Amino acid sequence: MSWRSKAQLSTMWLILLLAVAAPWLGMYPVLGMRIMSFALFACAFNLMAGYTGLISFGHAALFGGAGYVTGLALTSWGWPTPAGIMFGVFVALVIGLAMGVLAVRRYGIYFSMVTLALAQIVYFYCLQADFTGGEDGLQGIPRGTLFGLSLQSDRVMYYVMLVVFVASWWFIRRIVRSPFGQILQAVRENEPRAISLGYRVNRYKLGMFLLSAGFAGLAGAMKAVIMGFETLTDVHWSTSGMVILLTLVGGLGTDLGPILGAVIITVLEEKMGAIGHFLEHITGVHWFASLNDNVSMINGAIFVLCVLLFRRGIVGTFNARWGGARAASG
Amino acid sequence: MIASQKSSHTKASHGSGAGAPILRAHKLGKKFSGFAAVEGVDLGVAEGSIHALVGPNGAGKTTCFNLLSKFLEPSAGDIFFRERNITRMRPADVARLGMVRSFQISATFPQMTLLENVRVVLQRAAGLAHQFWMPARALTRLDQEALRFLDMVGLSGQAGQLASSLPYGHKRALELATTLAMDPQLLLLDEPTQGLGHEDVEQVTELIRRVAQGRTVLMVEHNMSVISKICDRVTVMQRGQVLAEGSYDEVSRNPEVITAYMGDAEEGIHA
Repeated sequence: MSWRSKAQLSTMWLILLLAVAAPWLGMYPVLGMRIMSFALFACAFNLMAGYTGLISFGHAALFGGAGYVTGLALTSWGWPTPAGIMFGVFVALVIGLAMGVLAVRRYGIYFSMVTLALAQIVYFYCLQADFTGGEDGLQGIPRGTLFGLSLQSDRVMYYVMLVVFVASWWFIRRIVRSPFGQILQAVRENEPRAISLGYRVNRYKLGMFLLSAGFAGLAGAMKAVIMGFETLTDVHWSTSGMVILLTLVGGLGTDLGPILGAVIITVLEEKMGAIGHFLEHITGVHWFASLNDNVSMINGAIFVLCVLLFRRGIVGTFNARWGGARAASG
Repeated sequence: MIASQKSSHTKASHGSGAGAPILRAHKLGKKFSGFAAVEGVDLGVAEGSIHALVGPNGAGKTTCFNLLSKFLEPSAGDIFFRERNITRMRPADVARLGMVRSFQISATFPQMTLLENVRVVLQRAAGLAHQFWMPARALTRLDQEALRFLDMVGLSGQAGQLASSLPYGHKRALELATTLAMDPQLLLLDEPTQGLGHEDVEQVTELIRRVAQGRTVLMVEHNMSVISKICDRVTVMQRGQVLAEGSYDEVSRNPEVITAYMGDAEEGIHA
């Protein structure tokens, strides 16, 4: 084992240890769970974007769509929590199949446009449908129980989410390195050659899109259960934009990048008020106090800096500089 | 797999074009928004032969090649592989029939190792291509066979290197190794010696001669010395149509062919 894989492994254990200890170190568990659901969402997005090169601009439909149907199953139908979550994943797969079939034949901006257009259909459906509560959102989703264990306590819910997240992350990592992942790498590196070797590349891309949709749905379903509500924000195109931002800032096509991106952006959004007040305090510039209202501006600035200074994202740049030849996969 | 396919590949047997052609084009045509890049091309590639497609720039060789390998949809005509009409088939399916093409620029998977480059091909035959739940080590059972193909082109020593680190000539050799791993019956080579240095040209030519044992090769090629050395039959194209066909000696003496290549220059001299 090279020093790099050792370093990577120790980083992973360190992150896991921190995540396990976080609620006892004074972190608000709900913030932790929010971060994890966005991180899982970003990992799912990265599975498609990072390993096929196709940037979906419609992942919000999978994330929010799953959140809504999980909420519906738990509130109106009284389903048990695991069944509701699985139903959310199933619906995300169905939406993903419809999107994927139409989109994987396209490349670049056209792929993004097709996914965006289809996601907007889902958005307007959610806006109009009765069960979503329209502008008010779907409120009062019960957390219920998991194998007899009540999920009411934030700490219990936190650890359940942690297990779901770590297991999903591990599985996603395995997919990337699997025989299937190997074919997708070949398709990404030289598609015409992969075709000439007898691979029906669109099927492989569709397969990856479905896997990505499934995990995006899982993230959305978990978020609905955790927060107890589901709103239009999660199916809005800006959520699709956000997941692109998270992944690009962290590092597209890396294992840890999406997690890092989710931590940075979510914490910044959450703590922007406090940061603004702190900056106002030390500089005396009153404008800083209004930072909290301008979160999207800060996100934009981060995005611009990221594109200008470290195009491969934080983890990608780190790997390229210190990671050796196969940096992209780390 | 390869060794067992020893065949009676001799110059005499296939130069005559006896037997049904392995690949046949009938009145093949392709128009690009009105411009006929290829028109009414009839072509037969005899089984076991090395067949070259030549012609001056813009003659339609590459378009013709892309049509035959199904990377372009023809606007007219039919293509038969072993007398089976493949005109409307998808390129990946044509490859599965045993007709594998190469590309003008070397076609490797740059960020994968040499071993992985060949293994990707073996994965399909071994049914190890869609298992997203399996760990990476599931693929190691294909390593032995992949190394064997790398050995055929003299690259087994660099199996662990990334393909992008190879010099150009070796990339072409790696490409041949991956193509061979497909166990193709018909190889379509698009300018295999393009961009190679003098020594590499000889090596790649020798390699083509070797891999053509028991197979059929159709190649687009500019280098006449390569053609004269290894090709059994030559088809000359001009302005999207077939100008002449025959052995290298016949074709190179054909006055029309000479005019096509030297045309304007000679007219200039006579004028």
